[in-house]
Amino acid sequence: MEFLLQIINGLQIGSIYALVSLGYTMVYGIAQLINFAHGDIIMVGAYISLFSIPVFSRMGLPVWLTIAPAIVICVLLGMLTERVAYRPLRNSPRISNLITAIGVSLLLENLFMKLFTPNTRAFPKVFNQAPLSFGGLHLNYGTIVTIFLTIILSVGLQYFMKKTKYGKAMMATSEDYGAAKLVGINVDNTIQLTFAIGSGLAAIASVLYVSAYPQVQPLMGSMLGIKAFIAAVLGGIGILPGAVLGGFILGIVESLTRAYLSSQLADAFVFAILIIVLLVKPTGILGKNIREKV
Amino acid sequence: MKKNTITLLGLSLLMVACGGKQEAKEAEVIKIGGLGPLTGPVAVYGVSATNGAKLAFEEINKAGGVLGKKIEFILLDEKGDSTEAVTAYNRLIDEGIVALVGDITSKPTLAVAEIAAQDNMPMVTPTGTQFNITEAGPNVFRVCFTDPYQGVILANLAKNNLNAKTAAIMVNTSSDYSDGIAQSFAEEAKKVGLKIVAQEGYAEGDKDFRAQLTKIAATNPDVLLVPEYYEQTALITTQAREVGIKAKFIGPDGWDGVAKALDASAYPAIENSYFTNHYSLEDTNEKIQNFASAYRAKYNEDPSAFSALSYDAAYLVKEAIEKAGNTDKDAIVKAMKEIDFTGVTGHLNFDEKNNPVKAVTILRIENGNYRFDSVIQPK
Repeated sequence: MEFLLQIINGLQIGSIYALVSLGYTMVYGIAQLINFAHGDIIMVGAYISLFSIPVFSRMGLPVWLTIAPAIVICVLLGMLTERVAYRPLRNSPRISNLITAIGVSLLLENLFMKLFTPNTRAFPKVFNQAPLSFGGLHLNYGTIVTIFLTIILSVGLQYFMKKTKYGKAMMATSEDYGAAKLVGINVDNTIQLTFAIGSGLAAIASVLYVSAYPQVQPLMGSMLGIKAFIAAVLGGIGILPGAVLGGFILGIVESLTRAYLSSQLADAFVFAILIIVLLVKPTGILGKNIREKV
Repeated sequence: MKKNTITLLGLSLLMVACGGKQEAKEAEVIKIGGLGPLTGPVAVYGVSATNGAKLAFEEINKAGGVLGKKIEFILLDEKGDSTEAVTAYNRLIDEGIVALVGDITSKPTLAVAEIAAQDNMPMVTPTGTQFNITEAGPNVFRVCFTDPYQGVILANLAKNNLNAKTAAIMVNTSSDYSDGIAQSFAEEAKKVGLKIVAQEGYAEGDKDFRAQLTKIAATNPDVLLVPEYYEQTALITTQAREVGIKAKFIGPDGWDGVAKALDASAYPAIENSYFTNHYSLEDTNEKIQNFASAYRAKYNEDPSAFSALSYDAAYLVKEAIEKAGNTDKDAIVKAMKEIDFTGVTGHLNFDEKNNPVKAVTILRIENGNYRFDSVIQPK
């Protein structure tokens, strides 16, 4: 029984990693860019929902609805950073993109520290529903919402990629940037859409995150971003189901390490996973070995 | 040219005259040094603490000073840094201080204590809780209780006041503070017959504690000890309720501020929790109320526990000098050792390691407010 609960604990953290990781993996798959500012989008989302709560509660709306302004602002922010920071560097060496990404991350972190002080702020309870108990199993409402929402969103995203025009344009762009342009796909818009979807998922993740850890702070996104990045690499960067799988595995590994080995080893295990994956199968669990043509 | 020379001569004469006057005044005052982080990252603690000492010395001077002389309190800023603290201490020595009230945070306090031990300078730290500070030398005293002392009190609180039979501990294994309290709690628990059913650890900066708390929940303890500062405590207690822990939460003085780290909607998680503190503003004790109103009148805010401890440290030094009858260092240290002192933070005398044996105030959290619950006397 306890083991089962530990797995569920792991799935809850894992779900948040998975949602963030989807953004990493999509952007990497399509723009060949590791967007290190992605974790900070979550921080922005958390602040947006924190600040919109007073307005929402005055209108008598539940706290979780603040997810809406968070999504809107994060999507706009994602599109803006793409337009301002990444698009001008589209044809530059990849290292320039990486440096810009780190720059955007630092900019967001320091901007929020300057605006709202580095102090931690308390976040209200997102889900007030009573915990569900069945068969002696005691499950928190937020945990269940987090896990199910993640599964629904990732299945939906996969469907979007496979079945819709825009999804197909994304796939084509990721396959071959130049050829996609030749067949008439608006590559710029497609990449911007990718950033928008990734940031929207991050905004959802931010509200799920503060429902589990009710504190908001300007540096909250940095470690989360790194973990999500590891999840993306573990599952195979650029592959959507891989990101979700990677996130879940990471969460469960963390939870089981904390419960049965040692809490200090949890982060060590996570980073060890990254090293092992890079050594043994750099393409990740679901990645295929594709030889680059010369 | 000539005019300039005369002006210069006049000026220097004036300066000599002033200097002379100051020297004459020096013999009439007793100089006491003060150290604290007045700027820098921990300035919040330094300012609120030293404000307490400043208030105390002002009161003492108004009441006629000590040994018929006024006290001059020389307060220097050490920016929360050990090196700065030692430099500042040396400057205080040059000024001719007879005793030191400070330092405030543990690390610089230890650095100063080691140097002060060589001079046998009577030193009282109001707030340095780290255990080995007073081991620097027989001249080093403290007013606050140590980390392990809180563990002992908390075990007694759980057993006697809360009627607990079983306890669990959630300890930050990378913090001396947390570890020290947890260890002494476990030892004392064994003595008083409180069974420790689970002890789980976590690392600094962790945000997710569900794995450890799920294990604790399975043992269904009566109380859960969380020896941690308030930010982490806020996360641990809310997650503990989420995984179904029904135990009462207890914690040390680091909890002061926990309600601020939580939104009001999360207050039910910490409702009816208990933590130790140095004193309570709600305590109707006359000494406490007088201090609080004097402090509010002077600084326009409520005194913190740090202010109260520092206020007591100042009065402690004053009493020791009075008892010694002169300002000889050895005499003051000897008087301090034998002192029987009652201050805002309670009655104290010193044990063989110069740690105070004093009563601890217990606060109970009620709807986000810290209510005065009781005072636990030392055995």
